[in-house]
Amino acid sequence: MPTIDLARTPVRKLNNALHELRADTNETHWRVLNPRGLHAVAVGIDAPVRVDIEGHVGYYCAGMNKRAHVVVRGNAGPGVAENMMSGHVHVQGDASQAAGASGCGGLLTIDGNASARCGISMKGIDIVVKGAVGHLSAFMAQGGNLVVLGDAGDALGDSIYEAHLYVRGCVKSLGADCVEKPLQDRHKAVLRKLLAGAGVNGGIDLGGFRRYGSARKLYHFHIDNVGSY
Amino acid sequence: MCGIVGLFLKDGALAPKLGGLLAGMLATLSDRGPDSAGFAVYGEAQPNHCKLTLRATGDGDFARLRRKLADAVAAHQVHDTHMLITVPRDREAAVVATIAETPEVDIVGTGERMAIFKEVGRPDEVAARFGLERMAGTHAIGHTRMATESAVTIDGAHPFTTGPDQCLVHNGSLSNHNAVRRELMHHGLSFRTENDSEVAAGFLTWQMRQGASLEQAMDASLGALDGFYTFVVGTASGFAVLRDPIACKPAVMAETDRWVAFGTEYRALADLPGIDAAKVWEPEPARVYSWERR
Repeated sequence: MPTIDLARTPVRKLNNALHELRADTNETHWRVLNPRGLHAVAVGIDAPVRVDIEGHVGYYCAGMNKRAHVVVRGNAGPGVAENMMSGHVHVQGDASQAAGASGCGGLLTIDGNASARCGISMKGIDIVVKGAVGHLSAFMAQGGNLVVLGDAGDALGDSIYEAHLYVRGCVKSLGADCVEKPLQDRHKAVLRKLLAGAGVNGGIDLGGFRRYGSARKLYHFHIDNVGSY
Repeated sequence: MCGIVGLFLKDGALAPKLGGLLAGMLATLSDRGPDSAGFAVYGEAQPNHCKLTLRATGDGDFARLRRKLADAVAAHQVHDTHMLITVPRDREAAVVATIAETPEVDIVGTGERMAIFKEVGRPDEVAARFGLERMAGTHAIGHTRMATESAVTIDGAHPFTTGPDQCLVHNGSLSNHNAVRRELMHHGLSFRTENDSEVAAGFLTWQMRQGASLEQAMDASLGALDGFYTFVVGTASGFAVLRDPIACKPAVMAETDRWVAFGTEYRALADLPGIDAAKVWEPEPARVYSWERR
């Protein structure tokens, strides 16, 4: 198993090594030591490998991830897994703001809390947060699912397009054009699958979630809605 | 951009290391604010004495000033362009008057415990020039500046102090500072610069002058100050943090039973003793976090 110690090796060298991996690589499990809040750790991977990062990371960890399974054994700074395309990014601590921003696919699991703007502009990524999310989460969300087992802050789903939001705790307030929608059996099936992917198997009453999505009133400019823009 | 840091010690045994720890935190955030830096260190008070931090401009000659002040200065330490003097409380007014007649030396900080230093240059170099590494104390705050709206000058660098033992570092920008400055000037406060952050410091000073605690003053600033901000504030015995309601600027805090620390980024905290076992969290928007020494 390749082990890279970021106390001795620059992040750029780690990322270059990860970028060189091909789909059939034998180096399928990497370990990264001493991230100590460094930025852009393990960004831009495009290979089915696993990367374990032992500690807290700074900005943009695992950004643009494709196919890789990246595990952060600590907290993540702003923009973890931003623009992820596929694969799985798993933060075992808390995540700072804009987790999963603009993500197009894959799964982002956060065991702790995520702060403001979690899933901002998400475009197909699935995000499961086991704690709470901060204000303006799923702002302008366009696709994918955001599942929150704890509470959500102010203005959840503000100016949302088409993503599905599931929250088990309290929602402080909904943003413009975000409304509660019925939680049907097909939604529970999606939830069950997402939770299983995030390692939450059983013990959770799916009926305890509430579903939110777009009222679709802000899609096109309408003079009656001018106050909402 | 900009970076701010703060460290509040709970364990007195760490006091001799305060400056060294803060120097490391500042140096780490040099890339967030490479053009100037500043810090305030709260050391031990001496009964019936006050501390004045002086800054020499241009031809400032500390030796000549000391001769002029003669025995009114109980102790002094020169730190590059700054000098910290300890003055008996009953002679403070006379010393201030003498320094006012010395145009090439400014008083940049007053109090019983606070010493304040700032300069243009890379934060790690600024810290080295002042000998931050060797400073001891109970708490300290610091700032690395990337100027975006005004010139790179010492006066534009943080921390800003507007009252005895009070200082503030700010990451962000305020939008209503001119209106608040005018109001505070009506209440008798004076300002050294046109800077928005100095207004935030002045607002807290004014609040505390009216009897508010540090925590109450910070809370009041939520209603009075508009814009983006993360503030870290020091007083003689207190340390507090506040982020604006939309949490525009990044912030991380950590706490152990020996210290509380603030950093714009976690990187700044990574070298603190016992960080691996610390509670690390992101402060919530619009919530005042404060600690007070008893």
